Amino acid sequence: MSTGAIIEGRTGPWEMVLGLEVHAQVISKSKLFSGAATAFGAEPNAQVSFVDAAFPGMLPVLNGECVRQAVRTGLALGCTINRWSRFDRKNYFYADLPAGYQISQYQHPVVGEGALEIALEDGSTRTVGIERIHLEQDAGKSIHDLNPELSYVDLNRAGVALMEIVSKPDMRSPEEAGAYVATLRAILRAIGACDGNMQEGSLRADVNVSVRRPGAPFGTRCEIKNVNSIRFIQQAVAFEARRQVAILETGGTIHQETRLFDPDRGETRSLRSKEDAHDYRYFPDPDLLPLELSEAFIEECRASLPELPAARRMRYEAELGLSPYLARLLTADMEQSVWFEALLAETAARQGRPAREVAEKAANWMTGELFGALNRLGLGIGQSPVSPAQAAALLAMVADGTLSGPLARQVFELMLETGEDPAAIAEARGLKQVSDTGALEAAIAEVLAAHAAKVAEYRAGKDKLFGFFVGQVMKATGGRANPALVNTLLRQALG
Amino acid sequence: MAVDEETIRRIARLARLELGEAEVARLADEASKILEWVEVLGRVETAGIEPVSAVIPKPHRWRADEVTDGGLGEALLANAPARAHGFFAVPKVIE
Repeated sequence: MSTGAIIEGRTGPWEMVLGLEVHAQVISKSKLFSGAATAFGAEPNAQVSFVDAAFPGMLPVLNGECVRQAVRTGLALGCTINRWSRFDRKNYFYADLPAGYQISQYQHPVVGEGALEIALEDGSTRTVGIERIHLEQDAGKSIHDLNPELSYVDLNRAGVALMEIVSKPDMRSPEEAGAYVATLRAILRAIGACDGNMQEGSLRADVNVSVRRPGAPFGTRCEIKNVNSIRFIQQAVAFEARRQVAILETGGTIHQETRLFDPDRGETRSLRSKEDAHDYRYFPDPDLLPLELSEAFIEECRASLPELPAARRMRYEAELGLSPYLARLLTADMEQSVWFEALLAETAARQGRPAREVAEKAANWMTGELFGALNRLGLGIGQSPVSPAQAAALLAMVADGTLSGPLARQVFELMLETGEDPAAIAEARGLKQVSDTGALEAAIAEVLAAHAAKVAEYRAGKDKLFGFFVGQVMKATGGRANPALVNTLLRQALG
Repeated sequence: MAVDEETIRRIARLARLELGEAEVARLADEASKILEWVEVLGRVETAGIEPVSAVIPKPHRWRADEVTDGGLGEALLANAPARAHGFFAVPKVIE
């Protein structure tokens, strides 16, 4: 199955093997086991309960919404849902883990195996297996750079619900790893289980990397912890695979270890750790009953799922007749996809035509004109100065001949600047296409009179001059003449 | 099952306990005896019996997703050995 990036080493080809553990913060108002808030950016330690701070005698109570989101995520990824799962304690000491253990799910996760299909740049697809998804608590945050002798600890994040989504070691190139995270992120956002905000740490990944001769058994892997952007994941993977190949080709061996990615240097570094650092001594949390799910609960979760990106992509191709490229571009991001749905509905309604007939023009306009403009302005789709309804009005004016392509572009620029409706802009600035036969005939007559010599040449057989006349008429009308009409009328006049 | 001294030292290190040599020997002996005693349970035939997670069958109670806690202010930090600007302050832990 592996046609991924092969590393040509000095001693022959090597293949990288990648598996990802994605930590996704569950969208919930309160924490996994306490009633403290989860909102980002609060004052230090303002959103902490005695449970989160591990005060003696405090007991965890499970937040049902977090379970619901994990099950919905599992269903969206086609995973088995385990009717019986259990919470375990993962024991380790760190200043931002007040209890001395993290409540997680070790042997019996709530979600089992599934699969995610990813699309690659060349249009091919690949399936990445999902190993499991479990629920666990986030730790607090340590701040090391505010005081030379002390670390400061903020427990606002302590106890916030995370889903750990573990893939199988099915990826073979940085591109596949990037596509996997992007696709997973789109699904999580589409179903509202995680906001996918990588800057704020709502989505981060531990990346397992090993290399082997193509087809050989798996090599020893290294884990790169806490990488928080798709670009960094790809850089980290590429660097780490080359590092391992260099060691193996000089006769060395890879030691299983945890590493950090340094984005400034573009390299991974060993996290010095003691040999027993990974002895977590898991055991079932005696404060919590096993998690048992009813069929009714699982069906409720299933019924609450919206159309998923892959299904929407296929629908765009089959029902709307969009190219695979456009379909993928418009479904990769939930917000963009919602915007396109609104644009399509408005456009079809305004032009009184079925969605299928207007879809391609709307899709081309959105991915070309709109994405180009937003890119230039550094804005996300959510901040677009032009609404779907306004864009549909613009497309309708092109469809009925009120605006030519170049005029539409001018009007769109003014819409971006002013936020006004296209009809108002075209009216106020006189940007409407001139389709008035009388006015155009007059303009043509003037042009022909002014270039009598060229008219004679044209009539003597110099056909190429036709374009010159069109240009002159367009110039005389300030670019607003309807080009099709100009052609027809010119031919008549020169006839 | 006998617990050797090396195991006791490792467990103590994981639990951040500092033990003297005499304590290590004594604890190895005690831990071995405790395990031997518990191993009596191994004689009971349990094949095909579901593990018991609660003696009284009880449906789990889930909490509604509402903010009902937090904002403890002074009460949260009152027992902290050190603090600064609303943070807990601890000896530098960066690796």
